[in-house]
Amino acid sequence: MITLAHAYIVGGLFFAAASLFSFADTSNPRRAMNGVFWGLLAVSFLAGSQLGDLGNGLLAVGLVAVAGIGLGQGRGETSSGEERRASAARNGNRLFLPALIIPAIALIGTLAAKYTTWGPLIIDPAQATLVSLVLGALIAVATVMAWLKPPLLAPLREGRRLIDAVGWAAILPQMLASLGAVFLAAGVGDQVGRLMADYVPLDTRTLAVSAYCIGMALFTLIMGNAFAAFPVMTAAVGLPIVVQALGGDPARVCAIGMLAGFCGTLMTPMAANFNVVPANLLDLPDRKAALNGVIRAQIPTAIPLLLANILLMRFLAFPA
Amino acid sequence: MLVLLGIGVVVLGFVLRANPLLVVMAAAITTGLAAAWTPDSDLQAMLAALVSTLELFGKAFNDNRYVSIVWIVLMAIGLLERAGLQERARIVIAEVRAATVGRLLWVYFFVRQVAAALGLTSLGGHPQMVRPLIAPMAEGAAEARYGPLPDRERYLIRSHAAAADNIGLFFGEDIFIAIASILLIKGFLEANGIFVEPLELSIWAIPTAIAALLIHSLRLWRLDAHLHRVLTKPGAPA
Repeated sequence: MITLAHAYIVGGLFFAAASLFSFADTSNPRRAMNGVFWGLLAVSFLAGSQLGDLGNGLLAVGLVAVAGIGLGQGRGETSSGEERRASAARNGNRLFLPALIIPAIALIGTLAAKYTTWGPLIIDPAQATLVSLVLGALIAVATVMAWLKPPLLAPLREGRRLIDAVGWAAILPQMLASLGAVFLAAGVGDQVGRLMADYVPLDTRTLAVSAYCIGMALFTLIMGNAFAAFPVMTAAVGLPIVVQALGGDPARVCAIGMLAGFCGTLMTPMAANFNVVPANLLDLPDRKAALNGVIRAQIPTAIPLLLANILLMRFLAFPA
Repeated sequence: MLVLLGIGVVVLGFVLRANPLLVVMAAAITTGLAAAWTPDSDLQAMLAALVSTLELFGKAFNDNRYVSIVWIVLMAIGLLERAGLQERARIVIAEVRAATVGRLLWVYFFVRQVAAALGLTSLGGHPQMVRPLIAPMAEGAAEARYGPLPDRERYLIRSHAAAADNIGLFFGEDIFIAIASILLIKGFLEANGIFVEPLELSIWAIPTAIAALLIHSLRLWRLDAHLHRVLTKPGAPA
Protein backbone atom coordinates (compact mmCIF):
# COMPACT_ATOMS: atom_id res chain seq x y z
CA MET A 1 0.00 0.00 0.00
CA ILE A 2 1.31 3.45 -0.89
CA THR A 3 1.09 5.94 1.98
CA LEU A 4 1.92 9.57 2.61
CA ALA A 5 5.35 8.44 3.89
CA HIS A 6 6.18 7.25 0.37
CA ALA A 7 4.92 10.52 -1.10
CA TYR A 8 7.26 12.41 1.24
CA ILE A 9 10.20 10.33 -0.05
CA VAL A 10 9.29 11.30 -3.63
CA GLY A 11 9.01 14.95 -2.56
CA GLY A 12 12.29 14.75 -0.66
CA LEU A 13 14.11 13.32 -3.67
CA PHE A 14 12.68 16.07 -5.88
CA PHE A 15 13.84 18.82 -3.52
CA ALA A 16 17.23 17.10 -3.14
CA ALA A 17 17.62 17.15 -6.93
CA ALA A 18 16.61 20.82 -6.98
CA SER A 19 19.28 21.46 -4.35
CA LEU A 20 22.03 19.66 -6.32
CA PHE A 21 21.13 21.39 -9.59
CA SER A 22 21.13 24.74 -7.74
CA PHE A 23 24.60 24.22 -6.27
CA ALA A 24 25.89 23.35 -9.75
CA ASP A 25 24.19 26.30 -11.51
CA THR A 26 26.91 28.83 -12.32
CA SER A 27 24.37 31.20 -13.95
CA ASN A 28 22.97 31.96 -10.48
CA PRO A 29 25.24 34.15 -8.35
CA ARG A 30 23.30 33.11 -5.25
CA ARG A 31 23.38 29.41 -6.10
CA ALA A 32 24.62 28.43 -2.61
CA MET A 33 21.51 30.02 -1.04
CA ASN A 34 19.17 28.14 -3.38
CA GLY A 35 21.11 24.93 -2.77
CA VAL A 36 20.84 25.27 1.01
CA PHE A 37 17.15 26.26 0.86
CA TRP A 38 16.01 23.27 -1.23
CA GLY A 39 18.46 21.06 0.65
CA LEU A 40 16.88 21.93 4.00
CA LEU A 41 13.45 21.22 2.55
CA ALA A 42 14.73 17.86 1.26
CA VAL A 43 15.97 17.01 4.76
CA SER A 44 12.55 17.93 6.15
CA PHE A 45 10.77 15.64 3.68
CA LEU A 46 13.19 12.72 3.97
CA ALA A 47 13.95 12.81 7.69
CA GLY A 48 11.55 15.28 9.32
CA SER A 49 10.03 12.68 11.60
CA GLN A 50 13.48 11.77 13.02
CA LEU A 51 14.50 15.38 13.76
CA GLY A 52 12.30 15.96 16.79
CA ASP A 53 10.11 19.02 17.33
CA LEU A 54 12.91 21.42 18.23
CA GLY A 55 15.00 20.12 15.32
CA ASN A 56 12.14 20.84 12.92
CA GLY A 57 11.65 24.26 14.48
CA LEU A 58 15.32 25.09 13.96
CA LEU A 59 15.10 23.75 10.39
CA ALA A 60 12.22 26.16 9.77
CA VAL A 61 14.30 29.00 11.24
CA GLY A 62 17.10 27.99 8.88
CA LEU A 63 14.77 28.15 5.87
CA VAL A 64 13.57 31.59 6.97
CA ALA A 65 17.13 32.82 7.48
CA VAL A 66 18.22 31.68 4.01
CA ALA A 67 15.12 33.22 2.42
CA GLY A 68 15.75 36.41 4.38
CA ILE A 69 19.29 36.67 3.02
CA GLY A 70 17.81 36.18 -0.43
CA LEU A 71 17.48 33.45 -3.02
CA GLY A 72 18.58 33.89 -6.61
CA GLN A 73 17.12 32.38 -9.72
CA GLY A 74 19.13 30.25 -12.10
CA ARG A 75 18.55 30.27 -15.81
CA GLY A 76 18.07 26.53 -15.97
CA GLU A 77 18.52 24.40 -19.06
CA THR A 78 15.36 24.19 -21.11
CA SER A 79 14.19 24.32 -24.69
CA SER A 80 14.48 27.50 -26.79
CA GLY A 81 11.47 29.58 -27.77
CA GLU A 82 11.86 28.32 -31.31
CA GLU A 83 11.84 24.68 -30.27
CA ARG A 84 8.77 25.30 -28.16
CA ARG A 85 6.84 26.97 -30.97
CA ALA A 86 7.76 24.12 -33.30
CA SER A 87 6.64 21.56 -30.74
CA ALA A 88 3.40 23.47 -30.07
CA ALA A 89 2.63 23.48 -33.80
CA ARG A 90 3.63 19.83 -34.28
CA ASN A 91 1.86 18.32 -31.28
CA GLY A 92 -1.22 20.54 -31.26
CA ASN A 93 -3.82 20.39 -28.53
CA ARG A 94 -2.69 16.89 -27.57
CA LEU A 95 -0.15 18.73 -25.39
CA PHE A 96 -2.94 19.49 -22.94
CA LEU A 97 -3.77 15.81 -22.41
CA PRO A 98 -0.82 14.77 -20.18
CA ALA A 99 -1.61 17.74 -17.95
CA LEU A 100 -5.10 16.33 -17.47
CA ILE A 101 -3.65 13.02 -16.26
CA ILE A 102 -2.77 14.61 -12.90
CA PRO A 103 -6.27 15.71 -11.82
CA ALA A 104 -7.82 12.60 -13.42
CA ILE A 105 -5.61 10.17 -11.46
CA ALA A 106 -6.02 12.25 -8.29
CA LEU A 107 -9.80 12.00 -8.62
CA ILE A 108 -9.95 8.33 -9.68
CA GLY A 109 -7.45 7.30 -7.00
CA THR A 110 -9.40 9.11 -4.27
CA LEU A 111 -12.68 7.51 -5.29
CA ALA A 112 -11.12 4.05 -5.75
CA ALA A 113 -9.49 4.11 -2.31
CA LYS A 114 -12.82 5.02 -0.71
CA TYR A 115 -15.37 3.02 -2.64
CA THR A 116 -13.73 -0.08 -4.12
CA THR A 117 -12.28 -3.21 -2.52
CA TRP A 118 -9.07 -3.13 -4.56
CA GLY A 119 -8.35 0.60 -4.14
CA PRO A 120 -7.16 0.45 -0.51
CA LEU A 121 -4.68 -2.27 -1.51
CA ILE A 122 -2.83 0.28 -3.64
CA ILE A 123 -3.61 3.62 -2.00
CA ASP A 124 -3.80 4.45 1.70
CA PRO A 125 -7.46 5.48 2.10
CA ALA A 126 -6.59 7.84 4.97
CA GLN A 127 -4.56 10.08 2.62
CA ALA A 128 -6.10 9.03 -0.68
CA THR A 129 -6.03 12.39 -2.47
CA LEU A 130 -2.44 13.28 -1.72
CA VAL A 131 -1.11 9.83 -2.54
CA SER A 132 -3.13 9.82 -5.78
CA LEU A 133 -1.82 13.26 -6.67
CA VAL A 134 1.78 12.10 -6.35
CA LEU A 135 0.94 9.01 -8.41
CA GLY A 136 -0.75 11.19 -11.02
CA ALA A 137 2.27 13.47 -11.27
CA LEU A 138 4.62 10.51 -11.70
CA ILE A 139 2.38 8.88 -14.31
CA ALA A 140 2.14 12.19 -16.21
CA VAL A 141 5.93 12.47 -16.22
CA ALA A 142 6.26 8.87 -17.42
CA THR A 143 3.72 9.51 -20.20
CA VAL A 144 5.53 12.58 -21.50
CA MET A 145 8.88 10.81 -21.29
CA ALA A 146 7.54 7.90 -23.34
CA TRP A 147 5.77 10.16 -25.84
CA LEU A 148 8.17 13.02 -26.52
CA LYS A 149 11.42 11.31 -25.39
CA PRO A 150 13.15 14.33 -23.78
CA PRO A 151 16.55 13.77 -22.07
CA LEU A 152 16.42 11.53 -19.02
CA LEU A 153 17.11 14.30 -16.49
CA ALA A 154 14.65 16.72 -18.11
CA PRO A 155 11.85 16.25 -15.53
CA LEU A 156 14.18 17.12 -12.66
CA ARG A 157 15.78 20.02 -14.54
CA GLU A 158 12.41 21.46 -15.57
CA GLY A 159 10.97 20.93 -12.10
CA ARG A 160 13.98 22.73 -10.64
CA ARG A 161 13.56 25.61 -13.10
CA LEU A 162 9.94 26.11 -12.03
CA ILE A 163 10.46 25.66 -8.28
CA ASP A 164 13.27 28.23 -8.53
CA ALA A 165 10.79 30.61 -10.17
CA VAL A 166 8.39 30.05 -7.27
CA GLY A 167 11.25 30.55 -4.82
CA TRP A 168 10.71 30.93 -1.08
CA ALA A 169 6.96 31.43 -1.68
CA ALA A 170 6.81 27.64 -2.17
CA ILE A 171 6.78 27.08 1.59
CA LEU A 172 4.69 30.11 2.59
CA PRO A 173 1.41 28.12 2.87
CA GLN A 174 3.13 25.48 5.03
CA MET A 175 4.63 28.23 7.20
CA LEU A 176 1.25 29.94 7.56
CA ALA A 177 -0.31 26.60 8.56
CA SER A 178 2.37 26.31 11.27
CA LEU A 179 1.73 29.88 12.39
CA GLY A 180 -1.93 28.86 12.64
CA ALA A 181 -0.90 26.11 15.08
CA VAL A 182 0.96 28.64 17.24
CA PHE A 183 -2.01 31.02 17.12
CA LEU A 184 -4.28 28.12 18.09
CA ALA A 185 -2.13 27.16 21.12
CA ALA A 186 -1.89 30.79 22.26
CA GLY A 187 -5.65 31.29 21.91
CA VAL A 188 -5.48 34.08 19.31
CA GLY A 189 -8.70 32.90 17.67
CA ASP A 190 -10.45 32.81 21.04
CA GLN A 191 -9.42 36.41 21.71
CA VAL A 192 -10.63 37.62 18.31
CA GLY A 193 -13.79 35.58 18.85
CA ARG A 194 -14.38 37.19 22.24
CA LEU A 195 -13.85 40.66 20.77
CA MET A 196 -16.29 39.90 17.98
CA ALA A 197 -18.82 38.36 20.37
CA ASP A 198 -18.74 41.59 22.40
CA TYR A 199 -19.45 43.82 19.44
CA VAL A 200 -21.18 41.66 16.82
CA PRO A 201 -24.41 39.71 17.30
CA LEU A 202 -23.72 36.08 16.33
CA ASP A 203 -26.76 34.24 17.63
CA THR A 204 -28.54 33.26 14.42
CA ARG A 205 -27.17 31.30 11.49
CA THR A 206 -27.55 34.24 9.13
CA LEU A 207 -25.73 36.65 11.45
CA ALA A 208 -22.95 34.20 12.30
CA VAL A 209 -22.39 33.26 8.64
CA SER A 210 -22.34 36.94 7.65
CA ALA A 211 -19.88 37.80 10.43
CA TYR A 212 -17.59 34.90 9.46
CA CYS A 213 -17.58 35.68 5.72
CA ILE A 214 -17.22 39.45 6.12
CA GLY A 215 -14.62 38.88 8.84
CA MET A 216 -12.65 36.62 6.47
CA ALA A 217 -12.75 39.28 3.75
CA LEU A 218 -11.79 42.15 6.08
CA PHE A 219 -9.03 40.20 7.79
CA THR A 220 -7.66 39.20 4.39
CA LEU A 221 -7.75 42.85 3.35
CA ILE A 222 -5.54 43.67 6.35
CA MET A 223 -3.22 40.66 6.20
CA GLY A 224 -3.01 40.60 2.39
CA ASN A 225 -3.49 36.86 2.32
CA ALA A 226 -6.51 34.64 2.91
CA PHE A 227 -4.20 31.87 4.14
CA ALA A 228 -3.13 34.06 7.05
CA ALA A 229 -6.68 35.16 7.85
CA PHE A 230 -8.22 31.70 7.69
CA PRO A 231 -6.83 30.09 10.88
CA VAL A 232 -7.62 33.19 12.95
CA MET A 233 -11.18 33.85 11.73
CA THR A 234 -12.11 30.18 11.61
CA ALA A 235 -10.87 29.57 15.16
CA ALA A 236 -12.68 32.75 16.27
CA VAL A 237 -16.08 32.39 14.59
CA GLY A 238 -16.19 29.67 11.93
CA LEU A 239 -15.51 26.62 14.04
CA PRO A 240 -16.89 27.50 17.50
CA ILE A 241 -20.01 29.33 16.35
CA VAL A 242 -20.98 28.48 12.76
CA VAL A 243 -19.99 24.79 13.03
CA GLN A 244 -20.16 23.76 16.67
CA ALA A 245 -22.89 25.99 18.09
CA LEU A 246 -25.15 26.33 15.03
CA GLY A 247 -24.60 22.98 13.30
CA GLY A 248 -22.73 23.91 10.11
CA ASP A 249 -20.90 21.25 8.14
CA PRO A 250 -17.15 21.89 8.70
CA ALA A 251 -16.00 21.06 5.15
CA ARG A 252 -18.61 23.33 3.52
CA VAL A 253 -18.17 26.17 6.01
CA CYS A 254 -14.38 26.18 5.63
CA ALA A 255 -14.36 25.79 1.83
CA ILE A 256 -16.75 28.72 1.32
CA GLY A 257 -15.11 30.72 4.13
CA MET A 258 -11.74 30.54 2.39
CA LEU A 259 -13.35 31.80 -0.84
CA ALA A 260 -14.94 34.69 1.07
CA GLY A 261 -11.37 35.54 2.06
CA PHE A 262 -10.34 35.50 -1.61
CA CYS A 263 -12.90 38.29 -2.18
CA GLY A 264 -10.81 40.33 0.24
CA THR A 265 -7.63 39.49 -1.69
CA LEU A 266 -9.16 41.14 -4.76
CA MET A 267 -9.57 44.44 -2.90
CA THR A 268 -6.23 44.98 -1.16
CA PRO A 269 -2.85 46.40 -2.22
CA MET A 270 -1.36 44.16 0.48
CA ALA A 271 -1.80 41.25 -1.96
CA ALA A 272 1.08 42.68 -3.92
CA ASN A 273 1.74 39.86 -6.34
CA PHE A 274 -1.86 39.85 -7.59
CA ASN A 275 -2.77 43.52 -7.49
CA VAL A 276 0.41 45.60 -7.54
CA VAL A 277 2.71 43.52 -9.74
CA PRO A 278 0.30 43.58 -12.73
CA ALA A 279 -0.25 47.33 -12.29
CA ASN A 280 3.51 47.76 -12.60
CA LEU A 281 3.78 45.35 -15.50
CA LEU A 282 0.99 47.18 -17.36
CA ASP A 283 2.40 50.68 -16.66
CA LEU A 284 -0.78 51.90 -15.02
CA PRO A 285 -0.35 55.57 -14.02
CA ASP A 286 -1.98 54.97 -10.61
CA ARG A 287 0.07 51.87 -9.79
CA LYS A 288 1.29 53.34 -6.49
CA ALA A 289 -2.20 54.32 -5.29
CA ALA A 290 -3.90 52.29 -2.56
CA LEU A 291 -6.78 51.56 -4.91
CA ASN A 292 -5.05 51.21 -8.26
CA GLY A 293 -6.83 50.43 -11.51
CA VAL A 294 -6.60 46.67 -11.07
CA ILE A 295 -8.20 46.81 -7.62
CA ARG A 296 -10.89 49.22 -8.86
CA ALA A 297 -11.67 46.83 -11.70
CA GLN A 298 -12.02 43.99 -9.18
CA ILE A 299 -14.09 45.57 -6.40
CA PRO A 300 -17.43 45.47 -8.29
CA THR A 301 -16.96 41.72 -8.72
CA ALA A 302 -15.57 41.11 -5.22
CA ILE A 303 -18.45 42.67 -3.27
CA PRO A 304 -21.36 40.86 -5.00
CA LEU A 305 -19.32 37.66 -4.83
CA LEU A 306 -18.81 38.10 -1.10
CA LEU A 307 -22.58 38.47 -0.79
CA ALA A 308 -23.02 35.34 -2.90
CA ASN A 309 -20.67 33.46 -0.57
CA ILE A 310 -22.71 34.50 2.45
CA LEU A 311 -25.90 33.26 0.78
CA LEU A 312 -24.24 30.03 -0.42
CA MET A 313 -22.90 29.26 3.04
CA ARG A 314 -26.22 30.09 4.66
CA PHE A 315 -28.19 27.78 2.36
CA LEU A 316 -25.69 24.99 1.64
CA ALA A 317 -23.66 24.57 4.83
CA PHE A 318 -26.49 23.46 7.10
CA PRO A 319 -27.60 20.15 5.60
CA ALA A 320 -29.62 19.01 8.61
CA MET B 1 -5.19 40.43 24.73
CA LEU B 2 -1.38 40.43 24.50
CA VAL B 3 -1.43 37.45 22.13
CA LEU B 4 -3.00 39.68 19.47
CA LEU B 5 0.45 41.29 19.11
CA GLY B 6 1.28 38.50 16.63
CA ILE B 7 -1.40 39.81 14.26
CA GLY B 8 0.12 43.26 14.59
CA VAL B 9 3.49 41.83 13.58
CA VAL B 10 1.94 40.29 10.45
CA VAL B 11 0.32 43.58 9.45
CA LEU B 12 3.46 45.58 10.17
CA GLY B 13 5.56 43.11 8.22
CA PHE B 14 3.35 43.35 5.15
CA VAL B 15 3.26 47.15 5.39
CA LEU B 16 7.05 47.25 5.55
CA ARG B 17 7.20 44.76 2.64
CA ALA B 18 9.46 42.45 4.66
CA ASN B 19 10.02 38.90 3.43
CA PRO B 20 6.76 37.10 4.35
CA LEU B 21 8.60 34.04 5.70
CA LEU B 22 10.45 36.31 8.13
CA VAL B 23 7.16 37.96 9.03
CA VAL B 24 5.51 34.61 9.76
CA MET B 25 8.37 33.42 11.96
CA ALA B 26 8.50 36.75 13.82
CA ALA B 27 4.73 36.63 14.37
CA ALA B 28 4.93 33.07 15.70
CA ILE B 29 7.71 33.93 18.16
CA THR B 30 5.97 37.14 19.25
CA THR B 31 2.74 35.24 19.87
CA GLY B 32 4.47 32.46 21.79
CA LEU B 33 6.35 34.92 24.00
CA ALA B 34 3.29 37.10 24.54
CA ALA B 35 1.22 34.09 25.61
CA ALA B 36 3.85 33.11 28.19
CA TRP B 37 4.60 36.62 29.48
CA THR B 38 3.57 37.69 32.97
CA PRO B 39 4.73 40.83 34.79
CA ASP B 40 7.23 38.81 36.83
CA SER B 41 8.63 36.43 34.20
CA ASP B 42 12.42 36.57 33.94
CA LEU B 43 14.78 36.02 31.06
CA GLN B 44 14.99 32.30 31.70
CA ALA B 45 11.22 31.90 31.55
CA MET B 46 11.18 33.81 28.25
CA LEU B 47 13.93 31.57 26.85
CA ALA B 48 11.91 28.52 27.82
CA ALA B 49 8.90 30.06 26.07
CA LEU B 50 11.01 30.67 22.96
CA VAL B 51 12.12 27.03 22.89
CA SER B 52 8.60 25.70 23.38
CA THR B 53 7.30 28.01 20.64
CA LEU B 54 9.98 26.70 18.27
CA GLU B 55 9.01 23.14 19.22
CA LEU B 56 5.35 23.86 18.58
CA PHE B 57 6.16 25.52 15.25
CA GLY B 58 8.51 22.69 14.27
CA LYS B 59 5.96 20.00 15.03
CA ALA B 60 3.32 21.82 13.00
CA PHE B 61 5.80 22.41 10.17
CA ASN B 62 6.57 18.70 10.03
CA ASP B 63 2.89 17.67 10.30
CA ASN B 64 1.98 20.07 7.48
CA ARG B 65 4.59 18.93 4.96
CA TYR B 66 1.83 17.67 2.70
CA VAL B 67 0.91 21.30 1.98
CA SER B 68 4.18 21.56 0.05
CA ILE B 69 4.05 18.12 -1.61
CA VAL B 70 2.01 19.67 -4.46
CA TRP B 71 5.22 21.06 -5.97
CA ILE B 72 6.20 17.72 -7.42
CA VAL B 73 3.61 18.35 -10.15
CA LEU B 74 6.09 20.96 -11.41
CA MET B 75 8.12 18.14 -12.97
CA ALA B 76 5.20 17.27 -15.24
CA ILE B 77 4.24 20.89 -15.91
CA GLY B 78 7.88 21.81 -16.64
CA LEU B 79 8.21 18.95 -19.12
CA LEU B 80 5.08 20.14 -20.92
CA GLU B 81 6.29 23.74 -20.94
CA ARG B 82 9.50 22.45 -22.46
CA ALA B 83 7.34 20.95 -25.20
CA GLY B 84 5.51 24.24 -25.81
CA LEU B 85 2.39 24.07 -23.59
CA GLN B 86 2.22 27.85 -23.07
CA GLU B 87 2.83 28.52 -26.75
CA ARG B 88 -0.08 26.16 -27.50
CA ALA B 89 -2.30 28.00 -25.00
CA ARG B 90 -1.42 31.26 -26.76
CA ILE B 91 -2.36 29.80 -30.13
CA VAL B 92 -5.72 28.65 -28.72
CA ILE B 93 -6.48 32.09 -27.23
CA ALA B 94 -5.28 33.94 -30.33
CA GLU B 95 -7.48 31.81 -32.59
CA VAL B 96 -10.49 33.35 -30.89
CA ARG B 97 -11.61 35.97 -33.35
CA ALA B 98 -13.22 38.01 -30.62
CA ALA B 99 -14.75 41.17 -31.91
CA THR B 100 -14.88 43.04 -28.61
CA VAL B 101 -12.81 43.65 -25.46
CA GLY B 102 -15.41 42.07 -23.20
CA ARG B 103 -15.71 38.89 -25.27
CA LEU B 104 -11.96 38.43 -25.57
CA LEU B 105 -11.42 38.95 -21.85
CA TRP B 106 -14.34 36.64 -21.14
CA VAL B 107 -12.74 33.82 -23.16
CA TYR B 108 -9.46 34.29 -21.28
CA PHE B 109 -11.24 34.50 -17.93
CA PHE B 110 -13.18 31.31 -18.66
CA VAL B 111 -10.14 29.37 -19.91
CA ARG B 112 -8.14 30.56 -16.89
CA GLN B 113 -10.84 29.44 -14.45
CA VAL B 114 -11.33 26.01 -16.04
CA ALA B 115 -7.57 25.41 -16.33
CA ALA B 116 -7.04 26.40 -12.68
CA ALA B 117 -9.84 24.02 -11.66
CA LEU B 118 -7.87 21.24 -13.36
CA GLY B 119 -4.72 22.16 -11.47
CA LEU B 120 -3.12 24.04 -14.38
CA THR B 121 -2.60 27.23 -12.39
CA SER B 122 0.56 28.03 -14.34
CA LEU B 123 -1.34 28.40 -17.64
CA GLY B 124 -1.65 32.12 -17.18
CA GLY B 125 -0.36 34.81 -14.89
CA HIS B 126 0.50 38.46 -15.25
CA PRO B 127 4.07 38.23 -16.57
CA GLN B 128 3.41 35.15 -18.73
CA MET B 129 0.06 35.92 -20.36
CA VAL B 130 -1.53 39.24 -19.35
CA ARG B 131 1.25 41.66 -20.20
CA PRO B 132 2.58 40.04 -23.38
CA LEU B 133 -0.69 38.78 -24.81
CA ILE B 134 -4.06 39.46 -23.20
CA ALA B 135 -3.75 43.20 -22.51
CA PRO B 136 -2.36 44.02 -26.00
CA MET B 137 -5.02 41.87 -27.67
CA ALA B 138 -7.80 43.56 -25.68
CA GLU B 139 -6.46 47.02 -26.52
CA GLY B 140 -6.17 45.93 -30.14
CA ALA B 141 -9.78 44.77 -30.21
CA ALA B 142 -10.94 48.17 -28.92
CA GLU B 143 -8.71 50.11 -31.35
CA ALA B 144 -9.95 48.08 -34.31
CA ARG B 145 -13.48 49.07 -33.42
CA TYR B 146 -13.19 52.62 -32.10
CA GLY B 147 -9.85 53.96 -33.36
CA PRO B 148 -7.13 55.40 -31.11
CA LEU B 149 -8.01 55.05 -27.42
CA PRO B 150 -8.01 57.84 -24.81
CA ASP B 151 -5.65 57.04 -21.91
CA ARG B 152 -8.51 56.55 -19.48
CA GLU B 153 -10.07 53.74 -21.50
CA ARG B 154 -6.70 52.22 -22.36
CA TYR B 155 -5.83 51.85 -18.67
CA LEU B 156 -9.33 50.63 -17.87
CA ILE B 157 -8.93 47.86 -20.43
CA ARG B 158 -5.50 46.91 -19.09
CA SER B 159 -6.83 46.82 -15.52
CA HIS B 160 -9.63 44.53 -16.63
CA ALA B 161 -7.14 42.20 -18.32
CA ALA B 162 -5.32 41.79 -14.99
CA ALA B 163 -8.61 41.40 -13.11
CA ALA B 164 -9.77 38.62 -15.45
CA ASP B 165 -6.59 36.69 -14.65
CA ASN B 166 -6.90 37.08 -10.87
CA ILE B 167 -10.61 36.30 -10.64
CA GLY B 168 -10.35 33.30 -12.97
CA LEU B 169 -7.46 31.92 -10.93
CA PHE B 170 -8.87 32.53 -7.44
CA PHE B 171 -12.28 31.04 -8.08
CA GLY B 172 -11.07 28.13 -10.16
CA GLU B 173 -8.09 26.81 -8.24
CA ASP B 174 -9.98 25.67 -5.15
CA ILE B 175 -11.85 23.12 -7.24
CA PHE B 176 -8.56 21.29 -7.77
CA ILE B 177 -8.18 18.91 -4.86
CA ALA B 178 -4.52 19.45 -4.19
CA ILE B 179 -4.14 23.21 -4.16
CA ALA B 180 -2.40 24.76 -1.16
CA SER B 181 -5.50 26.50 0.24
CA ILE B 182 -7.47 23.23 0.32
CA LEU B 183 -4.60 21.51 2.10
CA LEU B 184 -4.34 24.39 4.55
CA ILE B 185 -8.02 23.93 5.44
CA LYS B 186 -7.50 20.18 5.83
CA GLY B 187 -4.53 20.79 8.12
CA PHE B 188 -6.42 23.35 10.21
CA LEU B 189 -9.40 21.04 10.69
CA GLU B 190 -7.11 18.11 11.55
CA ALA B 191 -5.44 20.20 14.25
CA ASN B 192 -8.94 20.66 15.66
CA GLY B 193 -9.74 16.95 15.52
CA ILE B 194 -11.94 17.05 12.39
CA PHE B 195 -10.89 14.84 9.48
CA VAL B 196 -11.99 15.73 5.93
CA GLU B 197 -10.77 14.61 2.52
CA PRO B 198 -9.61 17.34 0.12
CA LEU B 199 -12.30 16.16 -2.31
CA GLU B 200 -15.08 17.08 0.18
CA LEU B 201 -13.62 20.59 0.35
CA SER B 202 -13.06 21.11 -3.35
CA ILE B 203 -16.62 20.08 -4.26
CA TRP B 204 -17.92 22.95 -2.12
CA ALA B 205 -15.77 25.41 -4.04
CA ILE B 206 -17.90 24.77 -7.13
CA PRO B 207 -20.98 26.86 -6.18
CA THR B 208 -18.79 29.93 -5.57
CA ALA B 209 -16.92 29.25 -8.82
CA ILE B 210 -20.24 29.34 -10.68
CA ALA B 211 -21.26 32.54 -8.88
CA ALA B 212 -17.91 34.13 -9.83
CA LEU B 213 -18.40 33.06 -13.44
CA LEU B 214 -21.87 34.60 -13.58
CA ILE B 215 -20.97 37.84 -11.82
CA HIS B 216 -17.79 38.48 -13.76
CA SER B 217 -19.40 37.54 -17.08
CA LEU B 218 -22.00 40.20 -16.42
CA ARG B 219 -19.27 42.71 -15.59
CA LEU B 220 -17.40 42.03 -18.82
CA TRP B 221 -20.62 42.33 -20.81
CA ARG B 222 -21.21 45.70 -19.16
CA LEU B 223 -17.61 46.71 -19.87
CA ASP B 224 -18.37 46.36 -23.58
CA ALA B 225 -21.49 48.47 -23.18
CA HIS B 226 -19.53 51.10 -21.24
CA LEU B 227 -16.74 51.27 -23.83
CA HIS B 228 -19.27 51.51 -26.63
CA ARG B 229 -21.10 54.35 -24.92
CA VAL B 230 -17.97 56.33 -24.03
CA LEU B 231 -16.06 55.79 -27.26
CA THR B 232 -18.89 56.50 -29.70
CA LYS B 233 -20.23 59.56 -27.89
CA PRO B 234 -21.04 62.21 -30.47
CA GLY B 235 -18.42 64.95 -30.37
CA ALA B 236 -15.84 62.70 -28.70
CA PRO B 237 -12.38 62.99 -30.21
CA ALA B 238 -12.20 60.38 -32.93
